[in-house]
Amino acid sequence: MATNKFHPRWREFKFTLHRIFRNPSAIIGFMLLFCFMAVAMLAPVIAPPKNQFNPYMMPHKGYSPTPKPPSEQNIFGTTSGQYDIFYGAVWGTRTAFKIGLFVVLIAGIVGISLGAIAGYYGGLLDEILMRLIDIMWAIPTLVLAMAIVVAFGRGLDKIMIALALVQWRWYVRVIRSEILTLRDQDFVHAAKLMGVSDFIIITRHILPNAIYPVLIMASMDMGSMVITAAFLSFVGLGAPKGYADWGQMVALARNYIVGPVDDPLRFWYTIVIPGACIILFVLAWNLIGDALRDAFDPKLRRR
Amino acid sequence: MLPFIIRRFFFLIFVLFGVSVLIFGILMTFSPERRAAAYVTTPQQAKDIPKIIKQFGLDDPFYHQYFRWIKEVAKGNLGWSLVAARPVGEAFWRYFPVTLEMNLFAAPIVIFFGIWLGSVSGIHRDTWVDHSTRIFAIIGWSLPTFLFALILLMVFYGYFQAFSPGVLSDELTLFIIDNPDKFTPYTGMYTIDGILNGRLDIALDGLHHLVLPIITYVIVVVALNMRVMRSGIIEELSKDYVLTARAKGADNKTVNFKHARRNALLPVVTVAGQLVALSMEGSVSVEVVYNRHGIGWWLAESATQLDMPVLMCICLFMGVVFVITNLILDIMYAVIDPRIRLN
Repeated sequence: MATNKFHPRWREFKFTLHRIFRNPSAIIGFMLLFCFMAVAMLAPVIAPPKNQFNPYMMPHKGYSPTPKPPSEQNIFGTTSGQYDIFYGAVWGTRTAFKIGLFVVLIAGIVGISLGAIAGYYGGLLDEILMRLIDIMWAIPTLVLAMAIVVAFGRGLDKIMIALALVQWRWYVRVIRSEILTLRDQDFVHAAKLMGVSDFIIITRHILPNAIYPVLIMASMDMGSMVITAAFLSFVGLGAPKGYADWGQMVALARNYIVGPVDDPLRFWYTIVIPGACIILFVLAWNLIGDALRDAFDPKLRRR
Repeated sequence: MLPFIIRRFFFLIFVLFGVSVLIFGILMTFSPERRAAAYVTTPQQAKDIPKIIKQFGLDDPFYHQYFRWIKEVAKGNLGWSLVAARPVGEAFWRYFPVTLEMNLFAAPIVIFFGIWLGSVSGIHRDTWVDHSTRIFAIIGWSLPTFLFALILLMVFYGYFQAFSPGVLSDELTLFIIDNPDKFTPYTGMYTIDGILNGRLDIALDGLHHLVLPIITYVIVVVALNMRVMRSGIIEELSKDYVLTARAKGADNKTVNFKHARRNALLPVVTVAGQLVALSMEGSVSVEVVYNRHGIGWWLAESATQLDMPVLMCICLFMGVVFVITNLILDIMYAVIDPRIRLN
C-alpha cells in the first residue's frame, strides 16, 4: 500500500488523530497511561526486588497485622502483614497490564476471528456460534467468570483465563454486526469479482472498516477487566497472599478501613494508595476509549 | 404479540437448558473426590469418600449426572447450601428479598437521574455543563464498585459515624428475633415489612442502611444510561424535524423535551438489558462490602467455599431474570416505537 500523503486511508487516519487529540480527555488519558507504562517498565529500577526469582512477591518485614504509617523505609507505609505498599503499587502496575493485555488480546483475537468468519460466511457455523453466545449472554460477566475460576481453582492466572473465556462473546457480537453490513457493499462484491480470495477480502477489505468499534471496546475493556479481576482478587479468588496485585492490597486493607475510635482515618493509606492506582489506571483507559468513540462515531465525526 | 411471547418462552427454555449445561459442564471439571467433599459434613465421613462417589454416582458420564440433577431440580430439590446451612431453595428466598429491596430503590434513581443528566449534557453539548457531566460519568464508570463502597464506608461509617454496614441495627435485629409474634416478615424487606407491621422505626432504619449502597450503586451504574441518552439527544437534535420545529417557531423547551427527548429515549430502552446485567454485578460487590446478606453476598461466599449447588442455582436464576427482562423490554420497545413490529 502506498503510504504517500494523499492516500485516502492515511488522510483519514491523520484526521482521526487530529480529532482524538483535539479532545482534552484523550490527552489526560494518554498522559496517565504513559505514566503507568513508564512505571511498569521501570519497576525493577523504581522498586528493586528483594527476591530475584519472584519479583512479584511483595517484601515484608514481620507479620504484624497492624499497618504502619509512611516512614523513610516504606515511603507509602506498610499494609496488613507488613507488606510494603510502595513496592506493591509499583509491581501491581505490571500485574494490571498483564491482566488487561492478556484478556483483551485473547478475547479480541478469538472474538474477531470467530465473528469475522461467522459474519462473512453465515450458515450453520454462524447459527451455532450465535446460539452459544445467546446462552453465555444470559449470565453476567462477573458471575460466569466466578464460576470458571471456582472450577479451575483460585489464582491470578485462572482469573485471566476465565475473563478471556467470558469476554470474547462481546467481540464476536460487535465485529459480526459490522461485517453483516459490510459484506454486501459494492467494494466487497467488486473484490470478489476480481477473484480476490476470501481471506484477503476479510483481512484487507472488511476488517479495516469494521475495526473501530472493536478498538473502542478493547480500550474500555482494558479498564473494566482490571476492575473485575481486582474484585475477584478482593473476594479471595486471586493470587496467593503477598502477590503484588492492587485488588489483593485492597483486600488486605479491608479490616483497617475504620481505625480506632479517636482516629478513624488512621489507616487511610492502606486503601487509598492501591485504590487510587486502580481508579487512575481504569480512568486512563476509559478516557482514551471515550475519545476514540467521539472520534470514530460516524454520526458525530464531521460535525 | 402472542406468537412472539410464545416464541420467547421457548427461547427461555433453550437458554435455561444451555445455561445449566454450561455451568454444569464447568463445574464437572472438578475431580469426583472434590465434588464428593461437598457431601461430607463430619470428619468420620471423610474416610468414606469413595463410598460417597459411588452412592451419588459422581464418576458417571456427564449426561447421566446431568439428567440425574435435572430430575432432582424438577422435583424441587436444588441441593444443599454449605454457606447457608439449609437447602438451596429455602436459602434463596431468604436472601432474595435483600437484593430485591436494594434494586427496587436504586433502579428508579438510576433511570431518571441518568436520563436527566444525559439530556442536560446533550442539549448543552460542548459547554461546561456537558464537560462536567461527562467527566462525572467517566469517573463514576471508572470507579470499581467495591472500592468506592469501601471508601464511602471509610468516610461515612468511620469518620462521620453516620451510616453503618448491614441491613438493620443490632437492637432492632435482636428485637425481631426475640419477638417473632410482634413482627411478621411478609416480604423479607425490612423497609416494607416495617410499614406493614406498623413499626416505622424499623422501616426507617432499613432505609437508613440502604443509603450508602444506593449511592454507590447509582454513581457507578448511571454512566451507561447517561452516555446513551446524551448521544441520542445529540443525534435527534441534528435531525430535520427538529429544524422544522424550530423554523416554525417552537420554543427551545418544546423542541428539546417534547420532540428530541422522547425520540432519544428509544436507545435507552435498548441498553436497559445491559443495565440489568450491570446491576446484578453491582449487587455482588455492594453486598460483599456492606455485608448485606443477599444473593450477591451468597454468590461470593459460595464461590470462595466451593458451594457448587448455589453457583448453579444463582446462574439459572440470572438466566431467568435476563430472558424475562429482555422479553419485557422488547414488548415495551414495540409499545413505545410504533415503527417496530414484533415478528
